Amino acid sequence: MNQTNSQPVEYNYKVVRQFTIMTIVWGIVGMSVGVLIAAQLVWPALNFDTPWLTYGRLRPLHTNAVVFAFGTSALFATAYYVVQRTCHTRLFSDRLAAFTFWGWQLVIVAAIITLPMGYTTTKEYAELEWPIGILIAIVWIAVMIVFFGTVATRRTSHIYVANWFYGSFMITVAMLHIGNNLALPVSFMKSYSIYPGAIDAMMQWWYGHNAVGFLLTAGFLGMMYYFVPKQAERPVYSYRLSIVHFWALICIYIWAGPHHLHYTALPDWAQSVGMVMSVILFVPSWGGMINGIMTLSGAWHKLRTDPILRFLIVSLSFYGMSTFEGPMMAIKSVNALSHYTDWTVGHVHSGALGWVAMITIGSIYHLIPVLFNRERMYSIKMITTHFWLHTIGVVLYIVALWISGVTQGLMWGAVNSDGTLTYSFVESLQASYPFYFVRFVGGLFIVTGMLLMAYNVFKTVRSNAVRKSEPLVAQTA
Amino acid sequence: MSSFWSAWIIVITLGTLIALMLLLRWNMTNYTGVEEGEPMGHEFDGISELNNPLPKWWTILFWLCFAWGFVYLALYPGLGNFKGLLGWTSSNQGVLSLEESRQAVELAREQGLNVQYDRERMHAEEKYGPIFQQYASLSIEEIAAEPEAVQIGQRLFLQNCAQCHGSDARGSQGFPNLTDGVFNWGGKPQDIYTTIMKGRNANMASWVDALGEQGVVEVATYVLSLNGRSVDRDVARAGEAIFKGQGTCFVCHGSEGQGNPMLGAPNLTNNIWLYGGSQKAVEETIRHGRNGVMPSWENILGEDKVKILAGYVLSLNAE
Repeated sequence: MNQTNSQPVEYNYKVVRQFTIMTIVWGIVGMSVGVLIAAQLVWPALNFDTPWLTYGRLRPLHTNAVVFAFGTSALFATAYYVVQRTCHTRLFSDRLAAFTFWGWQLVIVAAIITLPMGYTTTKEYAELEWPIGILIAIVWIAVMIVFFGTVATRRTSHIYVANWFYGSFMITVAMLHIGNNLALPVSFMKSYSIYPGAIDAMMQWWYGHNAVGFLLTAGFLGMMYYFVPKQAERPVYSYRLSIVHFWALICIYIWAGPHHLHYTALPDWAQSVGMVMSVILFVPSWGGMINGIMTLSGAWHKLRTDPILRFLIVSLSFYGMSTFEGPMMAIKSVNALSHYTDWTVGHVHSGALGWVAMITIGSIYHLIPVLFNRERMYSIKMITTHFWLHTIGVVLYIVALWISGVTQGLMWGAVNSDGTLTYSFVESLQASYPFYFVRFVGGLFIVTGMLLMAYNVFKTVRSNAVRKSEPLVAQTA
Repeated sequence: MSSFWSAWIIVITLGTLIALMLLLRWNMTNYTGVEEGEPMGHEFDGISELNNPLPKWWTILFWLCFAWGFVYLALYPGLGNFKGLLGWTSSNQGVLSLEESRQAVELAREQGLNVQYDRERMHAEEKYGPIFQQYASLSIEEIAAEPEAVQIGQRLFLQNCAQCHGSDARGSQGFPNLTDGVFNWGGKPQDIYTTIMKGRNANMASWVDALGEQGVVEVATYVLSLNGRSVDRDVARAGEAIFKGQGTCFVCHGSEGQGNPMLGAPNLTNNIWLYGGSQKAVEETIRHGRNGVMPSWENILGEDKVKILAGYVLSLNAE
């Protein structure tokens, strides 16, 4: 497009490599903790009567580890990679980028230490106490400087759509994190939220749902918009669709929080508005899926031979499924059945394991050979095996929790002819029990797949088959 | 809320929806200057973008969702202070006290307001009220002997009481067993009824400051001796002196440790222990005291249901 483009750009791959490797490490850690607590629901003795191994402390560790250690490391790795390659320029600041890597690892280590010790703000997905909260804000803003600095110094005329999604997730999560975590510290590791009662609940779910909406949806759509067309070697299906669904998605998502508070002390108007926006959200969410899957037009045959592409496309199917399920669950009368049951947990995992994890795994398999200058992954067969392990694991997990959740909802709502409830709580728990075992087995499949991935990556990095087709220093087109 | 905030909500809600409709409409036309289906002409790291039109079914779905959203916001409360055409509310909002709540319920009934919670409750009372009223004329003993009533009582128990007293009503540490015939607050039908209706607050003071560590051990030893445990006689005797003298334990628990249902003070001679009967547990009770709380169920369940529950508890102790 212009003269500068003809010069080779030396990208900063170091920080991308670091975040990518840690994505795998934290993925294994976070998912293993998930399997442990799933096992505790089947065999409660597995907490060994040790406070820091109890379900109540490990559950926030699991969610924080998969969302902020695994998921966010994956987003930072790919955002740093994609923004350089699609802006044809090196990262804005190497030193700041290095700070974001080490700062973020410090946040994660602090979480791994403090959560089992019992330090918590009690706000879901925002459990980390104020000193760590401040550290998160500082690192996050540093990431934004690196990212937007790179966008600002780009050598392309336009900003590629992937960067729009990455940018929106960074800005919004910063706003949400700072807004929801405003608190009055009373000691070094204890603070109280500045918001009272129902307002606090509303702030919490404004944050909570948009952590899902912007981090786990918008951020990973950014990933999708680079790695799907790249791996399929096809152009993005529709430029205009990406415009509509980007703006519609981010404008509507931010309203969806109140559906977590149906039939509570939250005023009716807020519940209604939250529900209306959540239902409409279904359409722009699907816009991303359509654009991703249609990008495969003319390249469908590649699915037969390319397990990486299979990861990416199946992730989009899970994405479509959970973004249909979510708006349905936000409807008040459906929510009356689904809320507080395992169905919600199953829904989250169809998004987290089906969409987030699979798109991440696919992207990493694409990235590793490029980052370490290898011809290809050590074993394509292992990727295929990983694909099946993961897919079976996800299906076992979500089907088990669908059945368990709907059973719970129906049992809790059943009444006798005299108006008393038919089942006591413990009876519904007994009904769920076999499905908790299935869920645990599903989790084992997934962690096994992740270990296989770690081995495959290790062998790839250690191999001597240096890449010949494309030099490390990319020649920009 | 004030009219400013109401207007604010209306403007940003409708504004968002309308802006997105315009965005959708705009992108249904090809404004790009590139022919449909052709590449847009910019490329990023080898990725180009095609100018394909929005899928038609998708745009129709979008319009339908917008239309549904507007209909919903017209019918139900959502746009700030606008109440919605159906006059529906989930519950009486803005209520701060039980008294206000009662008044609001009355008003809703009289004026036939569309309050979902009140309507559901009213419906339930109409449907199920007679079932419970038919037992209102029976005494608690009669209820305990009526199998159907006992069954209802058991269901009520499982939902409301089992969390503390256990599914089998045998209690656990700190929560009394309701099947052993021993009732700290009295086991007569009327006593049980009052306990459930009004709740109870049991209070055993902390004695370590008054008696000292040595005194605590002595009194605990004496209490265990009352239950036929083999203990050091001399220590027990020292404990008895405290129990019946300066320790004033007898004031509540009686001179022979037989307890006092008026105060909820347990009998200390029947080898039944609410907080554990080991030397260590009894010492702990004396050292730091105990606070037992049974909540009042009057406002939650009402007289008729409490009576049936009392009958159920009584039936558990009938031999």
